[in-house]
Amino acid sequence: MALNLDYEGRSYPAGPVYEVGVEKLREFARAIGDTNPAYHDAAAARALGHADVLAPPTFVMIITMAATGAVIGDPGLGLDYTRVVHGEQRFAYTRPLMAGDKVRVVVTLESLRVAAGNDMVTARSDVTDEHGEHVVTTWGTLVARGTATSQEQS
Amino acid sequence: MTDDPRPAYADVVVGDELAPLILTLQRADLVRYAGASGDFNPIHWNQRFAVSVGLPDVIAHGMLTMASAGRVVTDWVVDPGAVLEYGVRFTRPVVVPDDDEGATVEISGSVSEKLDDNRVRVTLVARSGGVTVLGKAQAVVRLR
Repeated sequence: MALNLDYEGRSYPAGPVYEVGVEKLREFARAIGDTNPAYHDAAAARALGHADVLAPPTFVMIITMAATGAVIGDPGLGLDYTRVVHGEQRFAYTRPLMAGDKVRVVVTLESLRVAAGNDMVTARSDVTDEHGEHVVTTWGTLVARGTATSQEQS
Repeated sequence: MTDDPRPAYADVVVGDELAPLILTLQRADLVRYAGASGDFNPIHWNQRFAVSVGLPDVIAHGMLTMASAGRVVTDWVVDPGAVLEYGVRFTRPVVVPDDDEGATVEISGSVSEKLDDNRVRVTLVARSGGVTVLGKAQAVVRLR
């Protein structure tokens, strides 16, 4: 299996709307052991100037991982998902994600490269709210270890 | 308007250290994170599978380590909405044995750069088993 470098720059249409629910935020916060009141209690979030319970900064990964999963499973991309590890992750927020948000994700294959025998894919996910306003962009780099074939570059 | 609990930009200097966090991760924590996040990759709960793909044992979700490290930042700024950027490299896995101790991750952070518009950069260090498990771990936050 070889990574199809022609896929670099390809964007995929947004999937279904994800509605951010307060119980899911609380469940996620508990799973990361975070008792910050802004993740659990709307009054605490409002005291900080926010409209509703906040999502922890990495929560949006739940939404973008689902969107990215459909993309990297594209057979034409040629990524061997059985050998994939998570190499890097980054988030850049315009505003915090919070309960009640209805968001969509557009995934773009921002960078495809082959280095040291590994296939590396950086997927950018642009997350927008129901008004089309930007909330957050995430970048996830997946590394398929030792899968590069004759396409290998230095 | 209520009192803004964030640290004041004017009071912060490069080198300021944030309160560190020592985290214990056991298998049950990984299962809980798998359920909450929807990431059910068996390398995070199935030792037999983890070993079959060349790992020493079950490893923690990188995103669980990242989320936990982020607590050092959000505990400092109090308002999680102050986090503008956050990024890490996953340099080494956090190996979580099937015992009563689990794995220990030590996370520390310090202010590494003052930026414009009341923003500062925080650099984090996360270590487990004597090695760093996150690289280039940085957040940008907006202070008061």
